[in-house]
Amino acid sequence: MDYFLQQLINGVTLGSIYGLIAIGYTMVYGIIGMINFAHGDIFMVGAFVALILIVTLGLSAATPVFLLIFALILVLVLAMALTAVWGWTVERVAYRPLRGSFRLAPLITAIGASITLQNFVQISQGARNKPLQPLISGGFQLTDGGPDGTGFVVQLSYMQIIIIVTTIALMAGFTFLINKTSLGRSQRACEQDRKMAALLGVNVDRTISLTFVMGAALAAVAGLMFLLYYGVIDFFIGFLAGVKAFTAAVLGGIGSLPGAMLGGLLIGLIETFWSGYFSVEYKDVAAFSILAIVLIFMPEGLLGKPEVEKV
Amino acid sequence: MSSAQPLLKVRGVETFYGKIQALKGIDMDIYEGEIVTIIGANGAGKSTLMMTVCGTPQARNGDVEYAGENITYKPTFEIMRTGIAQSPEGRRIFPRMTVLENLMMGAMVTDGSTYEEDLARVFKLFPRLKERQGQRGGTLSGGEQQMLAIARALMSRPRLLLLDEPSLGLAPIIVKQIFDAIKELNERDGLTVFLVEQNAYHALKLAHRGYVMVNGVITMSGTGSELLAREDVKAAYLEGGAH
Repeated sequence: MDYFLQQLINGVTLGSIYGLIAIGYTMVYGIIGMINFAHGDIFMVGAFVALILIVTLGLSAATPVFLLIFALILVLVLAMALTAVWGWTVERVAYRPLRGSFRLAPLITAIGASITLQNFVQISQGARNKPLQPLISGGFQLTDGGPDGTGFVVQLSYMQIIIIVTTIALMAGFTFLINKTSLGRSQRACEQDRKMAALLGVNVDRTISLTFVMGAALAAVAGLMFLLYYGVIDFFIGFLAGVKAFTAAVLGGIGSLPGAMLGGLLIGLIETFWSGYFSVEYKDVAAFSILAIVLIFMPEGLLGKPEVEKV
Repeated sequence: MSSAQPLLKVRGVETFYGKIQALKGIDMDIYEGEIVTIIGANGAGKSTLMMTVCGTPQARNGDVEYAGENITYKPTFEIMRTGIAQSPEGRRIFPRMTVLENLMMGAMVTDGSTYEEDLARVFKLFPRLKERQGQRGGTLSGGEQQMLAIARALMSRPRLLLLDEPSLGLAPIIVKQIFDAIKELNERDGLTVFLVEQNAYHALKLAHRGYVMVNGVITMSGTGSELLAREDVKAAYLEGGAH
């Protein structure tokens, strides 16, 4: 039971990171119907931007806690802003000129954008692993290992708490933005009927740009969390994380925002439990197998709803 | 009706879909406070003309002037911010948004200060929408969707309202309701209306002036009653009588 609890905590943490990335895939798919293959690399860029900021600010575990918290919030905001610029640029350069072209064209440039970002980071930052000493260590021990001290000790680290709380807060904020604000309504309008949205005075191009900006900002948060949690990044982390988050988006129902969150959580949990109880080597196989099974029985994904419309 | 400058002035407009020419040099004027209708058969180019006014597609040749400004090559979303609103062909309700959200989308171009007032106004015009305000657009009946499309257009406080086939596929009683509403908006609020219709009898009875379009060309124009009285119009568009 204790072991189970520990895996649950780890799984939710990992799932939070996947969920944050998955939102970017699902939103872009929703609004322009393309898979932004460069999104995983935007996540990677976000992690690098965060690392550069942390090193520039000279943060370390020795930094006083109060200052560290303040500095990390600053890093978070700056990383979101700078990565958003990258997301905006990719859309502007690689996708917008092809709007109205045949459907495969932006998919091909997306792969191109992905390769470009990877190589740019590889050349400018070097190909080796970039380690970061843990900034936030420690946590709570939820169980003490029993009276004789031989049982399993369940740990909930501060870092895990930070990741889960930040994710929940961002997702709540984001859900509000999409459902209740004028910008969110414009985005949903563009999703459902772009021509009509323009006929109501919505600047469609700008709305699409903002979708990329938001997705990239959330990916940057995931990048920072990944960096702080695992303590090592390289130019290639975007590939696997991107594939997993994309899987999460499809599992939850691509185009659905709650679906992306749920899918991310599930993929994180499946991977962690599989690693914990069976074998680490096959964790990816497990995640993708579940995806295949779900898609066979629910082709729309878990929360993707089939259209109910009268004509 | 006889103010010197037309509110909408269309001159020599030619519009193409690829190589196919849909409009072959259209001239049309709409003056402030008028209801003007274009009648014609399926595929004559009526909807294309309406969409060309909105810049999607843009005219290849000719000019569209609105309130003295040339809007031919403005992007659609900017044209729609100048006081033109459209209830388009096929209604194009956002199916996964509620009725209220659809109306909010209509009010996008306003500064929001008159939102409550405008909402009350369209609910008074179409009380049915008030009952359905929390329901998703895609689940409304055809008549309700048409009312919503017109109401959504009105939420932007337009000076010029473009209505594309508001009677299409609706029961006669609903058609009457909608035409009464258009008349009321025109007479009470002085709203200028450009109406595209296949239901020529109703449209010409309602309109001050009308144009007849055949294969991308205007072939006749005149007041509504003049056109209604013409034998060739009757033969071509009013076959089967008033319905």
